[in-house]
Amino acid sequence: MTPRIEITHVSKRFSRKSELVERLAERAGLKAPKPVVHALDDVSLTVGSGEVVGIVGESGCGKSTLGRIVAGILDASAGEIRYKGQTLAEMPDRQAAQARLDVQMIFQDPSSSLNPRHRVDEIVGAAALRHGKTTRAGLADYVAEQMRRAGLDPAMSRRFPHQFSGGQRQRIGIARALAVQPDMLICDESVASLDVSIQAQILNLFMDLRRDLNLTYMFISHDLSVVEHISDRVVVMYLGRIVEEAPVAELFAHPAHPYTRALLQEIPQLDTKRRHYAPIKGEIPSPLAPPSGCHFHPRCPLAMPRCALERPELRQIGPAHRSACHLND
Amino acid sequence: MTAPMLEIRNLRTEFATDAGRVTVIDEVSFTLNRGQVLGLVGESGSGKSVTGFSIMGLIDPPGQVSGGQILFKGEDLRTLPEPRMRALRGNRIAMIFQDPAMTLNPVLRIDTQMIETILAHEKVSKTVARDRARDALGMVGIPSPEERLRAYPHQFSGGMRQRVAIAIALLHRPDLIIADEPTTALDVTIQAQILAVVQRLARDHGTGLIWITHDLSVIAGLADRVAVMYAGRIVEHGDVDTVIRTPRHPYTHGLIGSLPSRNPRGQHLKQITGTTPAIAALPQGCAFRPRCARATEACLAAPPVTQTEGRLLRCFHPVTEGEAA
Repeated sequence: MTPRIEITHVSKRFSRKSELVERLAERAGLKAPKPVVHALDDVSLTVGSGEVVGIVGESGCGKSTLGRIVAGILDASAGEIRYKGQTLAEMPDRQAAQARLDVQMIFQDPSSSLNPRHRVDEIVGAAALRHGKTTRAGLADYVAEQMRRAGLDPAMSRRFPHQFSGGQRQRIGIARALAVQPDMLICDESVASLDVSIQAQILNLFMDLRRDLNLTYMFISHDLSVVEHISDRVVVMYLGRIVEEAPVAELFAHPAHPYTRALLQEIPQLDTKRRHYAPIKGEIPSPLAPPSGCHFHPRCPLAMPRCALERPELRQIGPAHRSACHLND
Repeated sequence: MTAPMLEIRNLRTEFATDAGRVTVIDEVSFTLNRGQVLGLVGESGSGKSVTGFSIMGLIDPPGQVSGGQILFKGEDLRTLPEPRMRALRGNRIAMIFQDPAMTLNPVLRIDTQMIETILAHEKVSKTVARDRARDALGMVGIPSPEERLRAYPHQFSGGMRQRVAIAIALLHRPDLIIADEPTTALDVTIQAQILAVVQRLARDHGTGLIWITHDLSVIAGLADRVAVMYAGRIVEHGDVDTVIRTPRHPYTHGLIGSLPSRNPRGQHLKQITGTTPAIAALPQGCAFRPRCARATEACLAAPPVTQTEGRLLRCFHPVTEGEAA
């Protein structure tokens, strides 16, 4: 079966625009190297239809950039992304537009991703109307249906975002995304800013929607326990690269990469009373100047001389289990 | 002497609003001994931060601490004149904020800020103060502290800035540190490093710690006792292991039950219905009543406070041991 999303060798580099002096220098043949952030460095990944793939990692690991590229908000600097087997460039314009619409994004902060001057019915209905998912006459009913599905009372459709609580605002964002009838949602830290009791409600909503609408998810989060709960498969990223990928049960039972193991150890657990933290040393390096070889080697308790020289390949180490570490050899 | 280092009795803080006076926290009582860590847990608007600010004497108008006692080493901080309070604050009692930018001045070098903090409370030479500052940076795990003293806050990463903020709080070896969500904005591996630092501090120096957070898992590994707040009141308070293993207040019970780690993978999470009530319009009686599955007519009255086996509970219908999560 064709995977829903197929990402091959995708990289994303950010650099600042040249200043005038630099441009003149370049024209004169003098080239000064500009700082480049490798937000994504040769990432390959597939997401099956109806699958929930969790992407975890700390700040600067590239998980949000990956989500934004798949959602079509950012362009990749290199590599290609196939949507149900085709790249956007291969599709006729109409089909490409539809392919973009089929992937919707839910953001972390609902208060900055909702227009504060628009009422809920405008927020939820505008895109649906524009893309012909409903008619002007049927709009009110259509919006009410989306709101109900996201767990909101349609009677509140004439209110503004600030009149809602954080959890309800997140539901508005979900209703807006669902209104264009996507078959895939990219959730970027979508429950991170919510209170614990509200977080459970929103996670349950995501699981219901998956079942009812047969949605595919890319679920991006720094919170391992949330990702563990909702995902079928988990991808661990560090400084722009995938370091490990496995089905959820396998990853949490047999983490292979030293970074994944460290990450699993560091999460505070409710049940294991740990009086002594033995944290991994050091800071997350700057993506402007990532370490050579394996990016994790300066912090890795098991690093060997080779790790500083050679980038480890992401290789198969078990059924559907991939890891990028020289210790796998 | 066996008197606790800090004893809070029936603390109440109110805010004047257009709609009248709103009680933000009420009947908050707890004690803290030397070297003890108390976790103060609650969701947004539960009053956990206001409790911390009230103890520090940092509630400004329109807010006001309007009732109760804050006994620090036997002295009521509420009755202290401001100059005496100022001598205590930053010296014997220190606070760490969620956002280290609240502590650090962006245009001053770290050494300037740290030396200033020392000289504010002690008469020592600048050289001595500088050495103390360097040692404090070393203690919180900042590599090459001598060089880092000359840096500006923006030259540090988020985790490092929080360490600097903690180092500043430590400068006078305070008896009490109030930490308000200090690791919430940090990455997991960095959070673990910070937790290791404060844990050592409480153990080795006998510093008392009030750790304010929404994250019960952090408390489970760090605190000795936990107080759970809901709508401005402590609803359950006791030994951290006991409360987490057998929560008895329906709110604590629901909160712990809704955590993904307490639910089978991929299954519906047990959830608390509804949302936290607005503090200005609390339901009559028990504030948790509209969200509580156990609520009855009785809950329309203020729930009684019971104290059994070192656990405080504010509920008519506590969860019994048999039905624990």
